[in-house]
Amino acid sequence: MRPKRTPRTASRLEHVLAQGHLAVTSECGPPRGTDGAVLETKGAMLKGYVDVVNVTDNQTSMTRLCSLAASIRLKQAGLDPVLQMVTRDKNRIALQSDILGAASFDINNILCLTGDHQSFGDCKTGQNVHDLDSMQLLQVVRQMRDDGTFIGGDAISRPPEMFIGAAANPFADPFEIRVPRLAKKIAAGAEFIQTQCIYNVDKFEAWMQGVRDRGLHEQTYILAGVTPFKTAGMAKYMRSRVPGIDVPEELVKRMSDTPKEKQADEGIAICLETIERLKEVEGVCGFHVMAIEWEEKVPEIVKRAGLYPRPELEEATPMPASAAAP
Amino acid sequence: MIVGQQKPLEEIWEMVKDQKRLLVLGCNTCVAVCHEGGSKEAGIIASLLRMKATKEGVTMEITEGGVERQCEEEFFAPMLGAIADTDAVLSTACGIGVQFIAAFWKNKPVFPALNTTFLGGVETEGIFSERCQACGSCVLGRTGGICPISRCAKRVLNGPCGGSVDGRCEINKDTPCAWQLIVDRLRELNQMDRYEELSPIQDWSTDRAGGPRTLEQEDLKK
Repeated sequence: MRPKRTPRTASRLEHVLAQGHLAVTSECGPPRGTDGAVLETKGAMLKGYVDVVNVTDNQTSMTRLCSLAASIRLKQAGLDPVLQMVTRDKNRIALQSDILGAASFDINNILCLTGDHQSFGDCKTGQNVHDLDSMQLLQVVRQMRDDGTFIGGDAISRPPEMFIGAAANPFADPFEIRVPRLAKKIAAGAEFIQTQCIYNVDKFEAWMQGVRDRGLHEQTYILAGVTPFKTAGMAKYMRSRVPGIDVPEELVKRMSDTPKEKQADEGIAICLETIERLKEVEGVCGFHVMAIEWEEKVPEIVKRAGLYPRPELEEATPMPASAAAP
Repeated sequence: MIVGQQKPLEEIWEMVKDQKRLLVLGCNTCVAVCHEGGSKEAGIIASLLRMKATKEGVTMEITEGGVERQCEEEFFAPMLGAIADTDAVLSTACGIGVQFIAAFWKNKPVFPALNTTFLGGVETEGIFSERCQACGSCVLGRTGGICPISRCAKRVLNGPCGGSVDGRCEINKDTPCAWQLIVDRLRELNQMDRYEELSPIQDWSTDRAGGPRTLEQEDLKK
């Protein structure tokens, strides 16, 4: 077990990680409509099997029910959401305002992202905002929490208490700046990291070696991202169409060589093997299981990976964010 | 320079078809360099419009001309007569030229023949590409001389984003990733340590966000 660290917020995710457990997170994509019950159904499937649930923010630039409302719904259904926020759609006023809104419902996890370009989605002719980038958003949340001030310097009454996360893609280019880029995100305020889906474990291990060489694994919590293939077609699609995802040919072949009716099982098997390998990688603090439109499989993956039941938390009083060392 | 691109002839025709007399006015600075809006191109557009008018059975007197720059009144003198003798002007300048012509001849409609596309340069013959968004707060000194605001589709100041693959942008394989270029350049300059400097939150008040911008030079003001 990893050495314990002192949590700074009331976030369940932070407490699980600080107590040295392997954390399990998953995600929930809001619907393309107003039926919030869809979220409660998805949330009910995940409840008890994961520590927190990421709520995606108009992923792939397709307009959906907003991540803030969806996070509130999940919170009210007894789950702990991670509010994902992209800098594509909102300026700094709206971002700060939404952070306050989330915090007012005691949503205490946030993942700061840039977001896919709008040309992937259903509003290709729209503007993108990018008033801030993801690193700057990290700094803003940190300032709001630790200094209790807005970007403009004014004091916030009851500052948001959020555990602050960022994404990392060990597979994007240029590879040589992938570790420095993580260092930069940590310097900007990232306390946990959820990685892009890992299929090329060798390349991930090479990245983690670089991360450990700089001691970065001790400055943030790294959650390794995994996504099970549902079909061979999905493996091929992920390999060739999704920017920044590295799917080795052998995995595509393994899926393609499997009879269609057994491909889903094979996808889960690959995912479990990946988790087993990743558990051995020093510095991996947990798993981000992204079962895309396949949330019902998350409990099975979590159980078969030996990550169930989720830990009971020891009582701990979080150190007030403002009193913690930076 | 300012790069422009001619609008489709049909779109131009729809704007000007009700005019009896039309002057097609070229601008011989930026948009002449990109072969879209100089006097020569104004002449070609005038010819095409004459053919179109004949085909549509419309009587329209179409003349053509050009000035050195449509964004400065000082250069308008040679065209004062021609503009007095026309009902409307079709300007092949950038949007700036169009507006200066419109402001000067208050009683004549002015139409744009070009879409003003970007501030850029000549990459190779026949290929122009964007280099600047005139944000008013230049960051090139810390990005190896490559502008992430104009060359990154997300104007990411601490890039690259996760969509950079093989040095290409996620939006289009023909678009180089600005941050790949920046990293390559920093490496060449032996300044890779600068990559980890966090770019602070940008002051966009000097950009379009701050409202229309002006530059006043006290010593030159009349």
